[in-house]
Amino acid sequence: MSENITKESIIKEENCVYKRTNLLVDKALSYCPGCGHGTAHRLLMEVLEEMNIQSETIGIAPVGCAVLAYEFLDIDMQQAAHGRAPAVATAVKRLMPEKFVFTYQGDGDLAAIGTAETIHACNRGENITIIFINNGIYGMTGGQMAPTTLPGMKSSTSPYGREVETMGNPLKMTELVAQLPGTYYVTRQSVHTPGNVRKAKKALRKAMENQKLNKGLSFVEIVSNCNSGWKMTPVQSNKWMEENMFPFYPLGDIKVPVE
Amino acid sequence: MKELRLMKGNEAIAEAAIRCGADGYFGYPITPQSEVLEYLMAERPYEKTGMVVLQAESEVAAINMVYGGAACGKKVLTSSSSPGISLKQEGISYIAGAELPCVIVNVVRGGPGLGTIQPSQSDYFQAVKGGGHGDYRLIVLAPASVQEMADFVKLGFDLAFKYRNPAMILTDGVIGQMMEKVELFESQPRLTKEEILKQTPWATVGKTPDRERNIVTSLILDSAIQEQHVNKLRDKYIEIEKNEVRYEKIQCDDAEYLFVAFGSSARICQKAVDMGRAKGIKVGLLRPITLFPFPKQVLFELADQVKGILDVEMNLGQMVEDVRLAVNGKVKVEHYGRYGGMIPSPDEVLLALENQIIGGK
Amino acid sequence: MAKVKGEIVINIERCKGCVLCVAACNEQVIAMSKEVNGKGYHYAETVNENCTGCTNCAVLCPDGVITVYRVKI
Repeated sequence: MSENITKESIIKEENCVYKRTNLLVDKALSYCPGCGHGTAHRLLMEVLEEMNIQSETIGIAPVGCAVLAYEFLDIDMQQAAHGRAPAVATAVKRLMPEKFVFTYQGDGDLAAIGTAETIHACNRGENITIIFINNGIYGMTGGQMAPTTLPGMKSSTSPYGREVETMGNPLKMTELVAQLPGTYYVTRQSVHTPGNVRKAKKALRKAMENQKLNKGLSFVEIVSNCNSGWKMTPVQSNKWMEENMFPFYPLGDIKVPVE
Repeated sequence: MKELRLMKGNEAIAEAAIRCGADGYFGYPITPQSEVLEYLMAERPYEKTGMVVLQAESEVAAINMVYGGAACGKKVLTSSSSPGISLKQEGISYIAGAELPCVIVNVVRGGPGLGTIQPSQSDYFQAVKGGGHGDYRLIVLAPASVQEMADFVKLGFDLAFKYRNPAMILTDGVIGQMMEKVELFESQPRLTKEEILKQTPWATVGKTPDRERNIVTSLILDSAIQEQHVNKLRDKYIEIEKNEVRYEKIQCDDAEYLFVAFGSSARICQKAVDMGRAKGIKVGLLRPITLFPFPKQVLFELADQVKGILDVEMNLGQMVEDVRLAVNGKVKVEHYGRYGGMIPSPDEVLLALENQIIGGK
Repeated sequence: MAKVKGEIVINIERCKGCVLCVAACNEQVIAMSKEVNGKGYHYAETVNENCTGCTNCAVLCPDGVITVYRVKI
């Protein structure tokens, strides 16, 4: 019987078990090969598709590699000034509380220039979702040191490795915002293995679902790679991330709603 | 219903915002304009009209909240004073670049730096010439009374939405703090979702299957397209200059000398006109109401009639550059200014006219 | 236990050759091509018929270029 099964007989619409969601615009992503941004974009759009909230969602793009996120996500979007996405999202949600609102920000945007906006949106308990892609480097501008760059980690502005004595310590924003009474759900995920991708998607789903509850801000950090900035192959960068990033930025839920 | 009330200029801004159906106010306290936020917090408009009022963590956050709200087609405003307006400039540039309608109120205080909390007009350049980075203009309205503080909130929104451009109300601590009789216009309801869809079809309110997604951004990486965008902005500014010039002429018909002043300086000059006339000096006042667009043509024409012009401002001489450009050398234009929070008296303004223009070489 | 058989279809012009799918596949179905696509990338291609349609490759692919089909046999 199995001999009769041809390639052509399998590749049929009714047998399709996974395809790129239509909520991603049909164009090539501008990200480097192997970059986690693409995966995170796709997961988020899959979540909106499954929740059937495309027409009720407004996204806020950052400044950084994801500045062009609106080119790829087939939803209404605004592009915010550097670091200001949580303030922009605050107004969108306050003025249209029935909508789903998210920000999508990198580490420079969220944890350096936008620290105040991030902390205060979290502390006010804005009923939005913040998605935080942490790859420990400024990718867009060519690999400079980020607030989340690890001690000893090389970047174009810490060419001999980050010296904490002079350059300061990496900032664990996610642990920080988990302390604030306004955050409802805080988690750290990754998208570097199929298993982690599936977990990250569940977290994103929960973070968007939470907006229906009106109980505060959901914050999803995704520790990701920057193989261009780290000067590694995508496969090497994921291994390096496991060995170096995860010990400092451990994966898992940091603050979960008490039922 | 129209209503007569005695109120502070700053309160008039706040009350007018509620009455004109604003959807949101986002601000941060700073002297001398904190009454705007205080009044709104006390009034709790959310319970009456649904208007959102939020005290932001900074002026930076507040202007970006305005960006977010305006991008949803909502009628939103913010207010601040000079140092706070400097902080807002990045956001204002983004708002101008993304062509978002909103109202920004600057109750100017003396600078530079932290300066003083006393009134000044030293932010003229910042308001009229851009302020933030890039090629853009704000529509700038300069009220000279508490009445105009209220009326210009409504006018500011009307112009902002007409041209998809931020409008600034450039006032100062004198008008913000003083109390006057004001006839408040009748309340109008906030726009419904359907009205917003019609008025601002570009707004990010959720992509429905009947249209492409709406994107609000000021990023255009392709230089050729960015140039086209700036050309489009330029054409809009030309259109605004053609249609929206507003000014007030006071005793100009037979004037041999002219004061040019805006806002509270114009109030002082108006008194100086009366005093001058009592002394037999035929002096008039041109008060620009819109600082952008600037009333160039009327000044150009008046330059043929008068023997000299004294520009009076509470600064080192900023608008005087625009007056000189408008007059184009046809007649002598001098500046008289007090600054750092000092306010000129009508006597000294009249004396300045006599010394610098009438008796001057 | 019901056996399954899968197939993947790769949008080779969108593939950036990051190789992440190769390691994600437990059946070693995917390898990188010798040829390059229009963008100059060595793209992912199938090299055997052991695909189970587990979707790991597609789930991991940052560019979403893999479509997965599966049938029970």
